[in-house]
Amino acid sequence: MRHHLVLRVVSKLLIPFIILYGLYVQFHGDFSPGGGFQAGALVAAAIILYALIFGVDRARRVFNPAVLTVMAAAGVLLFALVGYAAFIGGGNYLDYDYLLPNDTTGQHVGIITVEFGVGLTVTAVMALVFFAYAGRTDEIDDEDW
Amino acid sequence: MLELILGKYNYWIIVVLMMTGLYIVVARGNLVKKIIGLNVFQTSVFLFYISLAKVTGGTAPILTGKDETFSNPLPHVLILTAIVVSIATTALGLAIVVRIREAYDTIEEDEIHEMERVDLASDREGREP
Amino acid sequence: MEMFVDMVLMGLLGITAIAIVFTRHLFTATMLSGAYSLTCAALFVKLDAVDVALTEAAIGAGISTVLLLGTLTLTRRREKAHKGFSWPPFVVVAVTGALLLYGTVDMPAFGDPNSPGMLHVVPEYIAGTRDDIQIPNIVTAILASYRGFDTLGEAVVIFTALIGVLLMIGRRRPDDEESGTRRPERRP
Repeated sequence: MRHHLVLRVVSKLLIPFIILYGLYVQFHGDFSPGGGFQAGALVAAAIILYALIFGVDRARRVFNPAVLTVMAAAGVLLFALVGYAAFIGGGNYLDYDYLLPNDTTGQHVGIITVEFGVGLTVTAVMALVFFAYAGRTDEIDDEDW
Repeated sequence: MLELILGKYNYWIIVVLMMTGLYIVVARGNLVKKIIGLNVFQTSVFLFYISLAKVTGGTAPILTGKDETFSNPLPHVLILTAIVVSIATTALGLAIVVRIREAYDTIEEDEIHEMERVDLASDREGREP
Repeated sequence: MEMFVDMVLMGLLGITAIAIVFTRHLFTATMLSGAYSLTCAALFVKLDAVDVALTEAAIGAGISTVLLLGTLTLTRRREKAHKGFSWPPFVVVAVTGALLLYGTVDMPAFGDPNSPGMLHVVPEYIAGTRDDIQIPNIVTAILASYRGFDTLGEAVVIFTALIGVLLMIGRRRPDDEESGTRRPERRP
Protein backbone atom coordinates (compact mmCIF):
# COMPACT_ATOMS: atom_id res chain seq x y z
CA MET A 1 0.00 0.00 0.00
CA ARG A 2 3.01 2.21 -0.28
CA HIS A 3 1.69 4.01 -3.31
CA HIS A 4 -1.50 5.22 -1.68
CA LEU A 5 -0.46 8.76 -0.82
CA VAL A 6 -3.38 9.67 1.41
CA LEU A 7 -3.08 6.49 3.46
CA ARG A 8 0.64 6.94 3.92
CA VAL A 9 0.49 10.56 5.02
CA VAL A 10 -2.51 10.14 7.31
CA SER A 11 -1.12 7.06 8.99
CA LYS A 12 2.24 8.78 9.55
CA LEU A 13 0.32 11.52 11.34
CA LEU A 14 -1.92 9.16 13.30
CA ILE A 15 0.43 6.42 14.53
CA PRO A 16 2.22 8.55 17.17
CA PHE A 17 -1.11 9.77 18.48
CA ILE A 18 -2.48 6.23 18.71
CA ILE A 19 0.54 5.17 20.76
CA LEU A 20 0.17 8.26 22.92
CA TYR A 21 -3.51 7.48 23.45
CA GLY A 22 -2.57 3.94 24.40
CA LEU A 23 -0.18 5.23 27.05
CA TYR A 24 -2.86 7.63 28.28
CA VAL A 25 -5.38 4.80 28.69
CA GLN A 26 -2.72 2.69 30.43
CA PHE A 27 -1.81 5.18 33.11
CA HIS A 28 -5.29 6.60 33.62
CA GLY A 29 -6.67 3.16 34.38
CA ASP A 30 -7.08 4.23 37.97
CA PHE A 31 -9.22 7.26 37.22
CA SER A 32 -11.30 6.42 34.16
CA PRO A 33 -12.10 3.30 32.15
CA GLY A 34 -8.83 1.85 31.01
CA GLY A 35 -6.00 -0.29 32.19
CA GLY A 36 -3.55 -2.76 30.79
CA PHE A 37 -5.68 -4.78 28.39
CA GLN A 38 -7.20 -1.87 26.53
CA ALA A 39 -3.88 -0.04 26.29
CA GLY A 40 -2.14 -3.14 25.00
CA ALA A 41 -4.72 -3.56 22.25
CA LEU A 42 -4.39 0.12 21.25
CA VAL A 43 -0.60 0.13 20.94
CA ALA A 44 -0.75 -3.18 19.07
CA ALA A 45 -3.27 -1.56 16.70
CA ALA A 46 -0.72 1.17 15.99
CA ILE A 47 1.93 -1.46 15.21
CA ILE A 48 -0.49 -3.36 12.96
CA LEU A 49 -1.42 -0.15 11.11
CA TYR A 50 2.25 0.53 10.45
CA ALA A 51 2.74 -3.00 9.16
CA LEU A 52 -0.30 -2.75 6.87
CA ILE A 53 0.73 0.53 5.26
CA PHE A 54 4.50 0.18 5.03
CA GLY A 55 4.94 -3.59 4.70
CA VAL A 56 5.59 -6.37 7.16
CA ASP A 57 9.35 -6.52 6.53
CA ARG A 58 9.81 -2.86 7.33
CA ALA A 59 7.60 -3.19 10.40
CA ARG A 60 9.76 -6.08 11.58
CA ARG A 61 12.83 -3.83 11.34
CA VAL A 62 11.14 -1.04 13.33
CA PHE A 63 9.47 -3.28 15.94
CA ASN A 64 11.98 -6.05 16.37
CA PRO A 65 10.24 -9.39 17.12
CA ALA A 66 13.05 -10.47 19.45
CA VAL A 67 12.50 -7.34 21.56
CA LEU A 68 8.74 -7.92 21.50
CA THR A 69 9.19 -11.49 22.71
CA VAL A 70 11.32 -10.31 25.62
CA MET A 71 8.68 -7.67 26.35
CA ALA A 72 5.92 -10.29 26.52
CA ALA A 73 7.84 -12.39 29.01
CA ALA A 74 8.94 -9.34 30.99
CA GLY A 75 5.33 -8.27 31.52
CA VAL A 76 4.28 -11.54 33.13
CA LEU A 77 7.52 -11.63 35.13
CA LEU A 78 6.92 -8.11 36.42
CA PHE A 79 3.47 -9.13 37.62
CA ALA A 80 4.84 -12.18 39.42
CA LEU A 81 7.73 -10.22 40.95
CA VAL A 82 5.38 -7.62 42.46
CA GLY A 83 3.70 -10.52 44.21
CA TYR A 84 7.04 -11.69 45.58
CA ALA A 85 7.91 -8.16 46.67
CA ALA A 86 4.93 -8.36 48.99
CA PHE A 87 6.69 -11.22 50.80
CA ILE A 88 9.57 -8.89 51.65
CA GLY A 89 7.19 -6.51 53.36
CA GLY A 90 5.76 -9.34 55.41
CA GLY A 91 2.42 -10.01 53.77
CA ASN A 92 0.90 -12.73 51.60
CA TYR A 93 1.52 -13.14 47.87
CA LEU A 94 0.13 -10.15 45.91
CA ASP A 95 -0.95 -8.37 49.09
CA TYR A 96 -0.15 -4.80 48.04
CA ASP A 97 -0.65 -3.45 51.57
CA TYR A 98 2.83 -4.62 52.53
CA LEU A 99 4.79 -3.19 49.58
CA LEU A 100 5.36 0.18 51.24
CA PRO A 101 4.99 1.41 54.83
CA ASN A 102 1.81 3.32 53.95
CA ASP A 103 -0.99 0.87 53.02
CA THR A 104 -2.77 3.08 50.50
CA THR A 105 0.42 4.11 48.71
CA GLY A 106 1.41 0.46 48.55
CA GLN A 107 -1.90 -0.34 46.86
CA HIS A 108 -1.43 2.47 44.34
CA VAL A 109 2.10 1.38 43.46
CA GLY A 110 1.05 -2.25 43.24
CA ILE A 111 -1.90 -1.56 40.96
CA ILE A 112 0.02 0.70 38.57
CA THR A 113 2.96 -1.70 38.27
CA VAL A 114 0.77 -4.73 37.74
CA GLU A 115 -1.31 -3.00 35.08
CA PHE A 116 1.86 -1.86 33.32
CA GLY A 117 3.09 -5.45 33.24
CA VAL A 118 -0.19 -6.62 31.76
CA GLY A 119 -0.08 -3.82 29.17
CA LEU A 120 3.43 -4.83 28.07
CA THR A 121 2.41 -8.46 27.67
CA VAL A 122 -0.80 -7.75 25.74
CA THR A 123 0.95 -5.33 23.35
CA ALA A 124 3.74 -7.75 22.57
CA VAL A 125 1.40 -10.74 22.18
CA MET A 126 -0.98 -9.03 19.76
CA ALA A 127 1.85 -7.63 17.63
CA LEU A 128 3.75 -10.93 17.50
CA VAL A 129 0.64 -12.94 16.62
CA PHE A 130 -0.06 -10.52 13.77
CA PHE A 131 3.52 -10.83 12.51
CA ALA A 132 3.19 -14.62 12.63
CA TYR A 133 0.05 -14.62 10.46
CA ALA A 134 1.21 -11.92 8.08
CA GLY A 135 4.71 -13.24 7.63
CA ARG A 136 3.53 -16.67 6.58
CA THR A 137 3.07 -15.79 2.94
CA ASP A 138 4.35 -13.24 0.44
CA GLU A 139 2.78 -9.83 0.08
CA ILE A 140 -0.47 -9.80 -1.87
CA ASP A 141 -1.01 -7.08 -4.46
CA ASP A 142 -4.04 -4.86 -4.13
CA GLU A 143 -5.62 -6.24 -7.29
CA ASP A 144 -5.42 -9.88 -6.22
CA TRP A 145 -7.41 -9.51 -3.02
CA MET B 1 -47.27 -12.75 33.91
CA LEU B 2 -46.69 -9.33 32.36
CA GLU B 3 -44.01 -8.46 34.88
CA LEU B 4 -42.37 -11.81 34.20
CA ILE B 5 -42.12 -10.88 30.55
CA LEU B 6 -41.04 -7.30 31.26
CA GLY B 7 -38.36 -8.45 33.65
CA LYS B 8 -36.94 -11.20 31.49
CA TYR B 9 -37.31 -10.33 27.79
CA ASN B 10 -33.72 -9.05 27.66
CA TYR B 11 -32.45 -12.46 28.71
CA TRP B 12 -34.65 -14.21 26.18
CA ILE B 13 -33.36 -12.14 23.28
CA ILE B 14 -29.79 -12.79 24.36
CA VAL B 15 -30.46 -16.54 24.65
CA VAL B 16 -31.71 -16.47 21.05
CA LEU B 17 -28.45 -14.77 19.97
CA MET B 18 -26.44 -17.38 21.87
CA MET B 19 -28.28 -20.18 20.13
CA THR B 20 -27.62 -18.58 16.73
CA GLY B 21 -23.91 -18.64 17.49
CA LEU B 22 -24.13 -22.24 18.67
CA TYR B 23 -25.95 -23.19 15.48
CA ILE B 24 -23.12 -21.75 13.37
CA VAL B 25 -20.59 -23.81 15.32
CA VAL B 26 -22.55 -27.04 15.09
CA ALA B 27 -24.11 -26.89 11.63
CA ARG B 28 -21.46 -25.40 9.36
CA GLY B 29 -18.56 -27.48 8.10
CA ASN B 30 -16.11 -24.71 7.20
CA LEU B 31 -13.57 -24.33 9.98
CA VAL B 32 -13.21 -20.55 9.77
CA LYS B 33 -16.99 -20.19 9.86
CA LYS B 34 -17.03 -22.31 13.00
CA ILE B 35 -14.56 -20.01 14.69
CA ILE B 36 -16.60 -16.96 13.67
CA GLY B 37 -19.67 -18.65 15.17
CA LEU B 38 -17.71 -19.34 18.34
CA ASN B 39 -16.90 -15.62 18.53
CA VAL B 40 -20.59 -14.74 18.14
CA PHE B 41 -21.49 -17.26 20.86
CA GLN B 42 -18.86 -15.93 23.27
CA THR B 43 -19.83 -12.29 22.73
CA SER B 44 -23.47 -13.12 23.38
CA VAL B 45 -22.51 -14.88 26.62
CA PHE B 46 -20.64 -11.73 27.67
CA LEU B 47 -23.75 -9.70 26.92
CA PHE B 48 -25.85 -12.08 29.02
CA TYR B 49 -23.47 -11.78 31.95
CA ILE B 50 -23.23 -7.99 31.81
CA SER B 51 -27.00 -7.65 31.62
CA LEU B 52 -27.11 -9.57 34.91
CA ALA B 53 -24.98 -6.83 36.46
CA LYS B 54 -27.13 -3.88 35.51
CA VAL B 55 -28.96 -2.10 38.32
CA THR B 56 -31.89 0.12 37.39
CA GLY B 57 -31.00 3.72 38.19
CA GLY B 58 -27.38 2.81 38.72
CA THR B 59 -24.40 4.28 36.98
CA ALA B 60 -20.97 3.17 35.80
CA PRO B 61 -18.86 1.91 38.71
CA ILE B 62 -16.50 4.87 38.99
CA LEU B 63 -16.36 6.81 42.26
CA THR B 64 -16.96 10.52 41.83
CA GLY B 65 -17.44 11.72 45.38
CA LYS B 66 -21.22 11.85 45.13
CA ASP B 67 -23.25 9.22 46.91
CA GLU B 68 -24.92 7.08 44.22
CA THR B 69 -25.82 3.52 43.35
CA PHE B 70 -23.44 1.63 41.10
CA SER B 71 -24.00 -1.25 38.76
CA ASN B 72 -22.42 -4.46 39.98
CA PRO B 73 -18.68 -4.21 39.12
CA LEU B 74 -17.77 -7.83 39.77
CA PRO B 75 -19.16 -9.31 36.52
CA HIS B 76 -17.35 -6.54 34.64
CA VAL B 77 -14.04 -7.80 35.99
CA LEU B 78 -14.84 -11.42 35.13
CA ILE B 79 -15.88 -10.51 31.59
CA LEU B 80 -12.69 -8.48 31.05
CA THR B 81 -10.76 -11.66 31.72
CA ALA B 82 -13.11 -13.65 29.50
CA ILE B 83 -12.67 -11.28 26.53
CA VAL B 84 -8.91 -11.67 26.63
CA VAL B 85 -9.17 -15.44 26.96
CA SER B 86 -11.53 -15.53 23.97
CA ILE B 87 -9.00 -13.73 21.77
CA ALA B 88 -6.34 -16.18 22.95
CA THR B 89 -8.43 -19.18 21.92
CA THR B 90 -9.38 -17.55 18.61
CA ALA B 91 -5.71 -16.91 17.78
CA LEU B 92 -4.74 -20.50 18.60
CA GLY B 93 -7.72 -21.94 16.74
CA LEU B 94 -6.93 -19.94 13.62
CA ALA B 95 -3.28 -21.02 13.77
CA ILE B 96 -4.45 -24.65 13.77
CA VAL B 97 -6.75 -23.89 10.81
CA VAL B 98 -3.80 -22.46 8.86
CA ARG B 99 -1.77 -25.60 9.48
CA ILE B 100 -4.71 -27.84 8.53
CA ARG B 101 -5.03 -25.93 5.27
CA GLU B 102 -1.35 -26.47 4.55
CA ALA B 103 -1.58 -30.17 5.33
CA TYR B 104 -4.89 -31.11 3.64
CA ASP B 105 -5.37 -28.23 1.16
CA THR B 106 -8.94 -27.76 2.38
CA ILE B 107 -10.75 -26.36 5.40
CA GLU B 108 -14.07 -28.14 4.93
CA GLU B 109 -14.67 -30.63 7.67
CA ASP B 110 -16.32 -33.35 5.55
CA GLU B 111 -13.51 -33.32 2.97
CA ILE B 112 -10.96 -33.75 5.75
CA HIS B 113 -12.96 -36.67 7.18
CA GLU B 114 -13.08 -38.22 3.70
CA MET B 115 -9.30 -37.93 3.30
CA GLU B 116 -8.77 -39.45 6.73
CA ARG B 117 -11.15 -42.31 5.95
CA VAL B 118 -9.38 -43.06 2.66
CA ASP B 119 -6.06 -42.97 4.49
CA LEU B 120 -7.18 -45.41 7.18
CA ALA B 121 -8.69 -47.77 4.60
CA SER B 122 -5.53 -47.83 2.48
CA ASP B 123 -3.37 -48.32 5.59
CA ARG B 124 -5.49 -51.28 6.62
CA GLU B 125 -5.26 -52.81 3.14
CA GLY B 126 -1.51 -52.38 3.07
CA ARG B 127 -1.08 -54.09 6.40
CA GLU B 128 -3.07 -57.27 5.60
CA PRO B 129 -1.08 -59.78 3.52
CA MET C 1 -36.60 6.18 25.00
CA GLU C 2 -34.13 3.90 26.69
CA MET C 3 -36.07 0.84 25.67
CA PHE C 4 -36.09 2.13 22.10
CA VAL C 5 -32.29 2.32 22.00
CA ASP C 6 -32.09 -1.17 23.49
CA MET C 7 -34.50 -2.57 20.93
CA VAL C 8 -32.70 -1.00 17.98
CA LEU C 9 -29.30 -2.28 19.09
CA MET C 10 -30.56 -5.78 19.83
CA GLY C 11 -32.38 -5.81 16.51
CA LEU C 12 -29.10 -4.97 14.77
CA LEU C 13 -27.43 -7.81 16.65
CA GLY C 14 -30.10 -10.27 15.59
CA ILE C 15 -29.91 -9.26 11.93
CA THR C 16 -26.10 -9.48 11.95
CA ALA C 17 -26.11 -12.92 13.58
CA ILE C 18 -28.61 -14.34 11.09
CA ALA C 19 -26.65 -12.84 8.20
CA ILE C 20 -23.50 -14.60 9.44
CA VAL C 21 -25.40 -17.92 9.45
CA PHE C 22 -26.47 -17.66 5.85
CA THR C 23 -23.64 -15.91 4.03
CA ARG C 24 -21.09 -18.00 2.18
CA HIS C 25 -18.45 -15.36 1.59
CA LEU C 26 -16.03 -15.68 4.48
CA PHE C 27 -14.88 -12.09 4.06
CA THR C 28 -18.45 -10.89 4.58
CA ALA C 29 -18.80 -13.11 7.64
CA THR C 30 -15.59 -11.66 9.11
CA MET C 31 -16.73 -8.08 8.63
CA LEU C 32 -20.13 -8.92 10.07
CA SER C 33 -18.55 -10.46 13.15
CA GLY C 34 -16.56 -7.23 13.63
CA ALA C 35 -19.81 -5.27 13.35
CA TYR C 36 -21.42 -7.66 15.84
CA SER C 37 -18.64 -7.05 18.37
CA LEU C 38 -18.86 -3.29 17.92
CA THR C 39 -22.64 -3.24 18.40
CA CYS C 40 -22.17 -5.32 21.53
CA ALA C 41 -19.68 -2.72 22.74
CA ALA C 42 -22.36 -0.04 22.28
CA LEU C 43 -24.78 -2.19 24.27
CA PHE C 44 -22.20 -2.59 27.01
CA VAL C 45 -22.02 1.19 27.36
CA LYS C 46 -25.81 1.25 27.60
CA LEU C 47 -25.57 -1.35 30.40
CA ASP C 48 -23.06 0.80 32.38
CA ALA C 49 -20.09 -1.48 31.66
CA VAL C 50 -17.68 1.11 30.28
CA ASP C 51 -14.44 -0.80 30.90
CA VAL C 52 -15.85 -3.87 29.21
CA ALA C 53 -17.06 -1.78 26.26
CA LEU C 54 -13.59 -0.32 25.70
CA THR C 55 -12.00 -3.77 25.88
CA GLU C 56 -14.57 -5.38 23.60
CA ALA C 57 -14.22 -2.63 21.01
CA ALA C 58 -10.43 -2.75 21.05
CA ILE C 59 -9.90 -6.51 21.28
CA GLY C 60 -13.10 -8.09 20.01
CA ALA C 61 -13.84 -5.78 17.12
CA GLY C 62 -10.27 -4.80 16.33
CA ILE C 63 -7.74 -7.55 16.93
CA SER C 64 -10.10 -10.46 16.30
CA THR C 65 -11.10 -9.12 12.88
CA VAL C 66 -7.43 -8.62 11.95
CA LEU C 67 -6.60 -12.21 12.93
CA LEU C 68 -9.53 -13.58 10.91
CA LEU C 69 -8.48 -11.55 7.87
CA GLY C 70 -4.92 -12.77 8.28
CA THR C 71 -6.21 -16.34 8.22
CA LEU C 72 -8.34 -15.64 5.15
CA THR C 73 -5.26 -14.63 3.15
CA LEU C 74 -3.84 -18.08 3.87
CA THR C 75 -6.98 -20.18 3.24
CA ARG C 76 -9.87 -20.28 0.85
CA ARG C 77 -12.34 -17.40 0.87
CA ARG C 78 -15.65 -19.05 0.08
CA GLU C 79 -17.54 -21.68 1.99
CA LYS C 80 -18.66 -24.83 0.23
CA ALA C 81 -22.41 -25.01 -0.41
CA HIS C 82 -24.06 -27.15 2.25
CA LYS C 83 -26.39 -29.88 1.13
CA GLY C 84 -29.88 -28.88 2.27
CA PHE C 85 -31.09 -28.51 5.82
CA SER C 86 -30.09 -31.19 8.32
CA TRP C 87 -32.14 -31.73 11.44
CA PRO C 88 -29.74 -32.82 14.23
CA PRO C 89 -27.94 -29.46 14.73
CA PHE C 90 -31.25 -27.63 14.79
CA VAL C 91 -32.69 -30.06 17.34
CA VAL C 92 -29.62 -29.73 19.57
CA VAL C 93 -29.76 -25.95 19.42
CA ALA C 94 -33.52 -25.87 20.05
CA VAL C 95 -33.27 -28.17 23.08
CA THR C 96 -30.39 -26.16 24.56
CA GLY C 97 -32.26 -22.92 23.97
CA ALA C 98 -35.40 -24.27 25.57
CA LEU C 99 -33.48 -25.39 28.64
CA LEU C 100 -31.82 -21.99 28.95
CA LEU C 101 -35.14 -20.19 28.61
CA TYR C 102 -36.56 -22.46 31.28
CA GLY C 103 -33.61 -21.51 33.49
CA THR C 104 -34.17 -17.78 33.13
CA VAL C 105 -37.55 -18.03 34.87
CA ASP C 106 -35.85 -18.36 38.25
CA MET C 107 -33.37 -15.55 37.66
CA PRO C 108 -33.81 -12.14 39.31
CA ALA C 109 -35.54 -9.56 37.18
CA PHE C 110 -33.47 -7.36 34.92
CA GLY C 111 -32.03 -4.43 36.88
CA ASP C 112 -33.01 -5.70 40.31
CA PRO C 113 -30.95 -3.82 42.94
CA ASN C 114 -31.42 -6.62 45.48
CA SER C 115 -30.28 -9.50 43.31
CA PRO C 116 -28.07 -12.01 45.18
CA GLY C 117 -25.00 -10.99 43.17
CA MET C 118 -25.08 -7.50 44.67
CA LEU C 119 -25.51 -8.41 48.29
CA HIS C 120 -22.55 -10.34 49.60
CA VAL C 121 -19.07 -9.31 48.48
CA VAL C 122 -19.67 -6.27 46.27
CA PRO C 123 -20.57 -3.72 49.00
CA GLU C 124 -17.30 -4.60 50.73
CA TYR C 125 -15.36 -4.07 47.52
CA ILE C 126 -17.00 -0.72 46.87
CA ALA C 127 -16.45 0.46 50.46
CA GLY C 128 -12.88 -0.85 50.42
CA THR C 129 -12.12 0.98 47.17
CA ARG C 130 -13.47 4.17 48.63
CA ASP C 131 -11.70 3.92 52.00
CA ASP C 132 -8.60 1.69 51.75
CA ILE C 133 -7.40 1.83 48.16
CA GLN C 134 -8.77 5.29 47.29
CA ILE C 135 -8.79 5.13 43.52
CA PRO C 136 -11.87 6.16 41.54
CA ASN C 137 -12.14 3.21 39.15
CA ILE C 138 -13.70 0.34 41.10
CA VAL C 139 -13.26 -2.15 38.26
CA THR C 140 -9.48 -1.59 38.15
CA ALA C 141 -9.28 -1.91 41.92
CA ILE C 142 -11.08 -5.25 41.86
CA LEU C 143 -9.14 -6.44 38.81
CA ALA C 144 -5.69 -5.62 40.12
CA SER C 145 -6.05 -5.86 43.88
CA TYR C 146 -9.03 -7.84 45.13
CA ARG C 147 -8.96 -10.39 42.30
CA GLY C 148 -5.28 -10.09 41.45
CA PHE C 149 -4.74 -13.83 41.13
CA ASP C 150 -7.27 -14.04 38.31
CA THR C 151 -5.44 -11.30 36.43
CA LEU C 152 -2.12 -13.06 36.91
CA GLY C 153 -3.67 -16.22 35.49
CA GLU C 154 -5.04 -14.28 32.57
CA ALA C 155 -1.64 -12.76 31.73
CA VAL C 156 -0.18 -16.28 31.77
CA VAL C 157 -3.00 -17.53 29.52
CA ILE C 158 -2.33 -14.92 26.89
CA PHE C 159 1.40 -15.59 27.08
CA THR C 160 0.70 -19.29 26.56
CA ALA C 161 -1.42 -18.46 23.53
CA LEU C 162 1.56 -16.54 22.12
CA ILE C 163 3.82 -19.54 22.65
CA GLY C 164 1.30 -21.81 20.94
CA VAL C 165 0.86 -19.55 17.93
CA LEU C 166 4.61 -19.05 17.51
CA LEU C 167 5.22 -22.79 17.71
CA MET C 168 2.66 -23.49 15.01
CA ILE C 169 3.07 -20.68 12.49
CA GLY C 170 6.04 -18.75 13.74
CA ARG C 171 8.46 -19.81 11.05
CA ARG C 172 8.02 -18.79 7.43
CA ARG C 173 6.06 -21.34 5.41
CA PRO C 174 8.39 -24.18 4.39
CA ASP C 175 7.80 -24.65 0.66
CA ASP C 176 10.42 -27.27 -0.02
CA GLU C 177 11.14 -28.43 3.50
CA GLU C 178 9.34 -31.58 4.62
CA SER C 179 7.02 -30.49 7.39
CA GLY C 180 5.94 -34.05 8.06
CA THR C 181 2.26 -33.69 7.27
CA ARG C 182 2.06 -32.92 3.56
CA ARG C 183 0.34 -35.51 1.41
CA PRO C 184 1.58 -35.02 -2.14
CA GLU C 185 0.04 -38.19 -3.66
CA ARG C 186 -3.54 -37.91 -2.44
CA ARG C 187 -4.83 -34.96 -4.42
CA PRO C 188 -6.01 -35.52 -8.00
